[in-house]
Amino acid sequence: MTAPQIEVFLQTLIAGFLLGGLYALIGIGMTLIMGVMKIINLAHGELMMVSMYIAYWLFTLFGLDPYLSVFVATPVMFFIGVGLQKFLITPVLKVDSILPENQVILTVGIGMVLSSLAMLFFKSDYRSTPVSYATSAWYLGDYWKGSPIELSLSVPWTVSFVFALAITAGLWFFLTKTDTGKSVRATSQDPQAALMMGVNVDRMRMLTFGLGSALVGAAGCLFIPIYYLYPSLGGQFTLIAFVITIIGGLGSTAGAIIGGIILGVFESMTATYIGMGWAPVGRFAVFVAALIFLPGGVASLARKRKLGK
Amino acid sequence: MLDVKNISMFFGGLAALSNVSFSVVEGEILALIGPNGAGKTTLFNVVNGFYKPSHGDIFFNGTRISNIKTHRICRLGIARTFQVVRPLQRMSVLDNVIASAFMRAADKKRAEEIAMDILQFTGLYDDRNVISKGLPLGKRKRLEIARALATQPTMLLLDESFAGLNPSELNESIDIIRKIKAKGITMMIIEHHMKVIMAISDRIIVLNYGQKIAEGTPLEIGRNPQVIEAYLGEATNA
Amino acid sequence: MKRYLPLFCLALLAVVPLVGLNSYLMHILILFVMWSVIGMSWNLLGGYCGQVSFGHAAFFGVGAYTAGILYTKTGLSAWWGLPLSIVAVTLVALVMGFIVLRLRGPYFALATLAIGEVLRVTAENLTNLTNGDVGIMIQERTWVEKIWYYYIILAVAAITFYLVRAVIQSKLGYYFVAIREDQDAAESLGINTTLYKTIALTLSAAITGMAGAFYTNYMGYIDPKVVFALHDISIVAIMVVMVGGVATFWGPVVGSIIMILMAEMIRSVPMLGTAHQTFFGALLIFIIIFLPNGIVGDFKKLRRLVGLGRPS
Repeated sequence: MTAPQIEVFLQTLIAGFLLGGLYALIGIGMTLIMGVMKIINLAHGELMMVSMYIAYWLFTLFGLDPYLSVFVATPVMFFIGVGLQKFLITPVLKVDSILPENQVILTVGIGMVLSSLAMLFFKSDYRSTPVSYATSAWYLGDYWKGSPIELSLSVPWTVSFVFALAITAGLWFFLTKTDTGKSVRATSQDPQAALMMGVNVDRMRMLTFGLGSALVGAAGCLFIPIYYLYPSLGGQFTLIAFVITIIGGLGSTAGAIIGGIILGVFESMTATYIGMGWAPVGRFAVFVAALIFLPGGVASLARKRKLGK
Repeated sequence: MLDVKNISMFFGGLAALSNVSFSVVEGEILALIGPNGAGKTTLFNVVNGFYKPSHGDIFFNGTRISNIKTHRICRLGIARTFQVVRPLQRMSVLDNVIASAFMRAADKKRAEEIAMDILQFTGLYDDRNVISKGLPLGKRKRLEIARALATQPTMLLLDESFAGLNPSELNESIDIIRKIKAKGITMMIIEHHMKVIMAISDRIIVLNYGQKIAEGTPLEIGRNPQVIEAYLGEATNA
Repeated sequence: MKRYLPLFCLALLAVVPLVGLNSYLMHILILFVMWSVIGMSWNLLGGYCGQVSFGHAAFFGVGAYTAGILYTKTGLSAWWGLPLSIVAVTLVALVMGFIVLRLRGPYFALATLAIGEVLRVTAENLTNLTNGDVGIMIQERTWVEKIWYYYIILAVAAITFYLVRAVIQSKLGYYFVAIREDQDAAESLGINTTLYKTIALTLSAAITGMAGAFYTNYMGYIDPKVVFALHDISIVAIMVVMVGGVATFWGPVVGSIIMILMAEMIRSVPMLGTAHQTFFGALLIFIIIFLPNGIVGDFKKLRRLVGLGRPS
């Protein structure tokens, strides 16, 4: 490979990695919900869209930096999530129907309502938050004068990535070190047993849905400095989240991180070497391959290793 | 008729079955007993093709069945019932049985005939139009047997078909088992109810922790000290 | 009486245009019949066999593009797309079935959704075959009058109705429902579940594909965003059945009437036009919570709900 080729390759890899970190955050929210409730939340991306609008209006009306809006939008999304679980999803879990997929279809309905309400109120305009640092970057040449290749690191992408890491670390702490977090994990592993151990499963479900929504909400705030916002943006992120969950393995937080990064790098590579338009196809190719060849996701590989097989 | 040779089944690192071998002779009722978690249902799942054994082979009338799919095993003549009853919930009792009768019926008319016969045979004829979700447990257990019979098996695997029955239902079911035996159908049954086991089985195999610890006639098993220690003591106390 | 209901409805639908409906009303009628066809086909796979597909747009789109590409590439009439789409869509369904039918429940649903999206993006990018986003335009329309299009789709609908009914009352139908109710139990009763799921998928796909080929002929223009649409095709297909009645013969027909009327009513209100999905979504949520088996499936429950509202 010649120097420019290496440059393109490394730059693509970096971009993929940064994207992957954000994807991971979206994926973790999804995998939590799937793990605890065994349902797929197809309104996941739409919840992120809602959060992005919150961040957008906070910026446009009050000039609040999108990164600071994380602290506003995330709690708001938490309560929206709890409300959805309490008033819509829980009742459906109790209804007898021919198709067990009713819960999944319900979340589709929720997603449709959210995205078309956004369309009604905000029109289908593309919006963005023109922050001052939107296009600034760090260049390798500035730090290492004799570098044979030139690489750059976008400031907003990097900041978003670091935020995503911090939130993930916080979540990990919550799930492994706090009693509530442990209850969530117990519910995920065996709801029957958790119930008998005195865990309030219904409350854990509400908490989990809230938490999943909050995480994707945070991801929305981190995406808005680097992405355009429009009402129908949710759908593709729902799919991304689902693909990550499948790659990573259902209910596995670590798996979701790995899955997010795999997907980010893969998409970035497809976009560079095959063409922008094909990136979604690459996404689904990974998805279908994971479904067929790795039904338990990355997490299942780790588990096998542990048993010494 | 059925030859199980050195079957082992691992889940993760745990052995649910280890090196189990036995044969079932045509026409007999072979009971499979053992404490909970001994691997009885796992053994059924292996014979019936839900699980592929980690080691060993199973032959049915000389055909190796340990590597073929469940529906083909059924076609070869092995039918089963489930411990947790699994009727096709939203279908009527009759439709449940018709659905299984189709396997050997040329057309719907024939399938209906088979199904009607079997419903009379199992005493479910009067309930034929009930949606199976609404049946009481005793009858659902019997529906499981009816469904399995409708595939016209030569061998029947019954997984706790007597659990949870009241005394009169129990006697009815024992009668049905005897009638099935009279038809020449070979049976393997998993059962906890020792009275039933002693009354109907020709031979008994005892499993404990996935291993076969004894095999013999009911009388022999009743005298085996190892079995008494592992299982019978616990069951008679219960 | 009940035996002749389908015939009676068919006859009624056949004479309705003769009273002289205007072009707009004919359009509504055609859409209604077309969506009944799609709904009936979805119901075969989703309602009876229990395999909830979120990707019927894949079949609709492939059917539509079979007709469209046939016209642009060979110069043959796009009507040949109707029979040919059966071949093309069957092939797609077989490949797709191989991938997705090993999955269960929600995984199946999402895999079908993903494949539908893959096909849309593929159609957008394979520009020399599909013209990409520009779409395909059928230059010369076969008829100016809508009535002939109407009779063609009505014939397709009638065939579909009787086909679905014949299938459901046969061995296939028993097997489909057995698979829906309990796949493992079905397998242990000697049912080759993979084979019968593939049959259900292929049948369902072929019918939806024909509707797609019809759409190309009728509308005279297709592009990937329209015929491979997730919300406006795949989800509406689900809704037609959910609203009307899951696993009922008449459900898709009733659902189609309601969905089409609702869509048109919303469209006629200028402010709300863009937001028809809000109402679709809200209707979907309402149906799932209160009438999970649809209007036909939960008719008794519906009467009770309405009865509660009446002072008696």
